[in-house]
Amino acid sequence: MLELDRVGVALGPKAIFNDLSLTIGPGESVCLVGPSGAGKTTLLRLAAGLLAPTSGEVTNGFRETSVVFQEPRLLPWRRVTDNIALGLKARGIGRRHRRARARELAAAVGLAESLDCFPHQLSGGMCQRVALARALAVGAELLLLDEPFSALDVGLRSDAQQLMQQLVQERALAMMLVTHDLIEALRLGHRVLVLAGSPAALVYELPVTTPFAERTPAWLHEAAARLLRQPLVQASFQPLVDREAA
Amino acid sequence: MAAWVRRLLRGIGSLTGVLLLVALWEWGSIRYGSFMLPGPRDTLTAMGRLAEQQALLAAMWATSWRAITGFALAALAGMALGLVAGLSRTLGRLLEPVATVLLGIPPIAWIVLAILWFGSGSLASIYTVAATTLPIAFAGAQMGARTLDARLVELATAYRLPLAQRLWDLYLPHVASYVFPALITALAVAWKVTVMAELLATDTGIGAGLALARVNLDTAAAMAWVVLVVVLLLVAEHGVLRPLQRRMEPWRTGH
Repeated sequence: MLELDRVGVALGPKAIFNDLSLTIGPGESVCLVGPSGAGKTTLLRLAAGLLAPTSGEVTNGFRETSVVFQEPRLLPWRRVTDNIALGLKARGIGRRHRRARARELAAAVGLAESLDCFPHQLSGGMCQRVALARALAVGAELLLLDEPFSALDVGLRSDAQQLMQQLVQERALAMMLVTHDLIEALRLGHRVLVLAGSPAALVYELPVTTPFAERTPAWLHEAAARLLRQPLVQASFQPLVDREAA
Repeated sequence: MAAWVRRLLRGIGSLTGVLLLVALWEWGSIRYGSFMLPGPRDTLTAMGRLAEQQALLAAMWATSWRAITGFALAALAGMALGLVAGLSRTLGRLLEPVATVLLGIPPIAWIVLAILWFGSGSLASIYTVAATTLPIAFAGAQMGARTLDARLVELATAYRLPLAQRLWDLYLPHVASYVFPALITALAVAWKVTVMAELLATDTGIGAGLALARVNLDTAAAMAWVVLVVVLLLVAEHGVLRPLQRRMEPWRTGH
């Protein structure tokens, strides 16, 4: 269980958020949406322990947590196998074991053919899948994903989302996915949270009970439209329009 | 086209350049006379003569040993200091002007000082080589440490990489990509400076051979020594440093 208890983060005099609370249970997939600059990434870095809160407390009860960043962040001088095995090496697992594990995961994300490639030989989508395999390799129970598919084009993004959905289900992973794409959030989440305002707050929460298999494109678009019709959500996605009108 | 054909064509291109240079040399020798500029054949003869006197190998060994010792000391110290200076801004500000000053001192001034401090002999040339090449290695390592991608450092934190793995998997490969070009430059400098230092400070080595050739007005021998220095340098760069770089950085070419 990940628990953010009334956390606040301030950058100098400016508060990014105050008194924000959020809990993610085992196997639960939480998608965080909101306009750019609302503090979604900050919240994720807080959850990852990469940033200490100015106030409040972050408790992470999951045994392993891994992060997938917006960019793949692969080591350019290491082959795919060794990039996937990075976290395993950090945990003192021997070369033979970690290579075997890396091979399994590469196969799981569809990269069995590219084990001996260097990152610069792969496409953007493949690099992001390596990053995903690297995150899974350490046996993470909680995945923190920061707009991991935003740099991919439409077809690849859909493939990646499908892969993600499948992994979350098969491995019963808990996940916090930051995205600005409502459809992506609705497709992958058990809960969709909207982060907006300044200082930012969780202004809206939508539980998504429809099973993953029944979330067809038509359903997704309809759900997204319904979500956007909520006044609070609408307001948070159109801060500029509001400010001009005021 | 097959890779070996391309390599062959590249080799032929380089060879043509070398042969053009030799032709120009031969032409100059005919034009100005073999006393002013001994031709390639005279030089080879002189080299044979030196080899017969057993002077050749001993001199090459003495020079290489001094150049490599000085270079190795400078490379180690320069890289260590450069890393520290790149990672800590305060120390960087402290060490940078020192490196700039060192870089500005001409090697010939170092030789004079080294002879005064250490007397004539190997130590003076080793010291001179180390003093001239250290700032080059320093600058390379500092640049490497400073340009490390902060996002990769964050990745290392997120995946809880222990210090040893951070050094091995992150810092070292990145810094090496900056340090190698600097080391190749430094190695070339090391050889030239050694020869110069030997000319003034020692009675063995290629530099001392050059000094002797000057006293004897033996231009052909002087040319022979020059050719030898160039050969040594090429062997060190293409026989050792570049293969080492290819081995350590396969990710640049992707094989």
